[in-house]
Amino acid sequence: MIQFDAVHKRFPNGTTAVHDLSLEMPEGGVTVLVGSSGCGKTTTLRMINRMIDPTSGVIKVGGKDVTQQDAAELRRSIGYVIQQSGLFPHRTVLDNIATVPLLLGHGRKKARARATELLETVGLAADAGKRYPHQLSGGQQQRVGVARALAADPPVLLMDEPFGAVDPVVRTQLQDELLRLQKELNKTIVFVTHDIDEAVRLGDRIAIFRTGGHLVQCAAPAELLARPADDFVADFLGAERGLKLLSLTTLADVPQGPAPEGGNWTLVLDAARKPLHWAAKDVELPVRPLTDGDSLLAALNESVASPNGLIARVDAAGVLTGVSSRDDIHTHAGQAHAEARVAA
Amino acid sequence: MYELFKNLGKWLTSGSQWAGSDGIAHRLAEHLQYSLLATLIAAAIGLPLGLLIGHTGKGAFLAINLASFGRALPTVGLVVLVFLASGLSMWPVYIALVALAVPSIVTNTYAGMTAVDPDVKDAARGQGMRGHQVLFQVELPLALPLIMTGLRLALIQVVSTATVAAYVSFGGLGRFVFDGLAQRDLVQVLGGAVLVAVVAIVLDLGLSGLQRFLFRHRTA
Repeated sequence: MIQFDAVHKRFPNGTTAVHDLSLEMPEGGVTVLVGSSGCGKTTTLRMINRMIDPTSGVIKVGGKDVTQQDAAELRRSIGYVIQQSGLFPHRTVLDNIATVPLLLGHGRKKARARATELLETVGLAADAGKRYPHQLSGGQQQRVGVARALAADPPVLLMDEPFGAVDPVVRTQLQDELLRLQKELNKTIVFVTHDIDEAVRLGDRIAIFRTGGHLVQCAAPAELLARPADDFVADFLGAERGLKLLSLTTLADVPQGPAPEGGNWTLVLDAARKPLHWAAKDVELPVRPLTDGDSLLAALNESVASPNGLIARVDAAGVLTGVSSRDDIHTHAGQAHAEARVAA
Repeated sequence: MYELFKNLGKWLTSGSQWAGSDGIAHRLAEHLQYSLLATLIAAAIGLPLGLLIGHTGKGAFLAINLASFGRALPTVGLVVLVFLASGLSMWPVYIALVALAVPSIVTNTYAGMTAVDPDVKDAARGQGMRGHQVLFQVELPLALPLIMTGLRLALIQVVSTATVAAYVSFGGLGRFVFDGLAQRDLVQVLGGAVLVAVVAIVLDLGLSGLQRFLFRHRTA
């Protein structure tokens, strides 16, 4: 667990980057620090591994005051990923990943073996290890950055806008990968972003900062979306925060019935009972079947696009289990909102 | 004119001109010895200075202004000055040549250090490298192409200027220039000048080739 207790940071030029911050970042969870530029979120992150020291207040990682520890040793025990990946251009990918194990004095052979293992963990081909960073795409470089941060298996991972410089498609892939990794590794992750959608997607808790280094609200995404503390937070979450909340609820509890027979539109299945398309007299429209794990937002989107307001539900193998109506989804979406307001 | 070049060709290619203690071969060896030694001493002074300024960011003013200082420095004047102070020795020559070479080395080393991507330095520190580890494992290797450029420039300048050794009665290829002038032997003057130019060009080409080979994996 990471604890901030009355932490203040004022830079020599007089600007206050972080103002009286008290915050706990739970162990094994993803805490996202979010806010517009100049709000102190990056300064907050960088104080955890002593890239910046606080002016006053105490920061503890695992119960130990960070300023009482040797900065270099502390940093070796904390993974650190930055936006432009910060890979060493003169070293191969494998040697980049092996950086911290080598600093810790593990032999070259052992460090390389660990690095090779990590290539696979972050979804890179083994032959990428022999290449130089500039020979990789932006997304691949970012994966290497994550691998480098994980190399010494640190309990804490600091990520400073790690996916900020890659295109939206790759960003979504990297976010998925991070969620998958986190399920396996259970690290304490502190993640800085200015993208609220990314925050909602990745965060177990989201801390919203306002310019001048003030923490405005820190809560689970659903609570934040359902009950923003003030207008600033509501504005920051955006006009579609109601829809964003639906992205946090799954389709699992929405009732489903048998596919309609005889109506205007028929759901055409293949031999294995996997949905192919919706068909009317002489028209075919595509169908995008959803599983229980998909979000209510995806369901709502699909039901609006569907010709008869029905969505096709399938199991993990893609076999049809039933259909749900637009009304059922709406009702459930309303319930999700009400629950979030109460539970929070 | 044609006659002059014919005689120059004869002068440069005759075996007797190359042999002996005042032959081209020996003078060339002397010239290279002065140049390399002066550049080495300059590197021993300039490299640590440039690395220190680049790593700490302190004294950047010095690194930048040293370049214009170097350009403005009257080498012959310096030789004469030290000569008057120290008497007949190699000191004036080495001091002048080193003073000529140090600015290029410091300025280029500093430039190389500041050209290192700040994100890379930040990441290096963030992974837990100590100051000296950032310097030797990250900054120095990344600054190396520019550092080598500085050394190359310094060496070329020194080679071109090492003729002043002959001015205070020492050897090197300058011997031909000054002796030729004294003896009104234009062919000898020209021969010495051509040799100096050829040595400078060959070194420059050779070293840039080496640089290209060493840093072939680099993008920029």
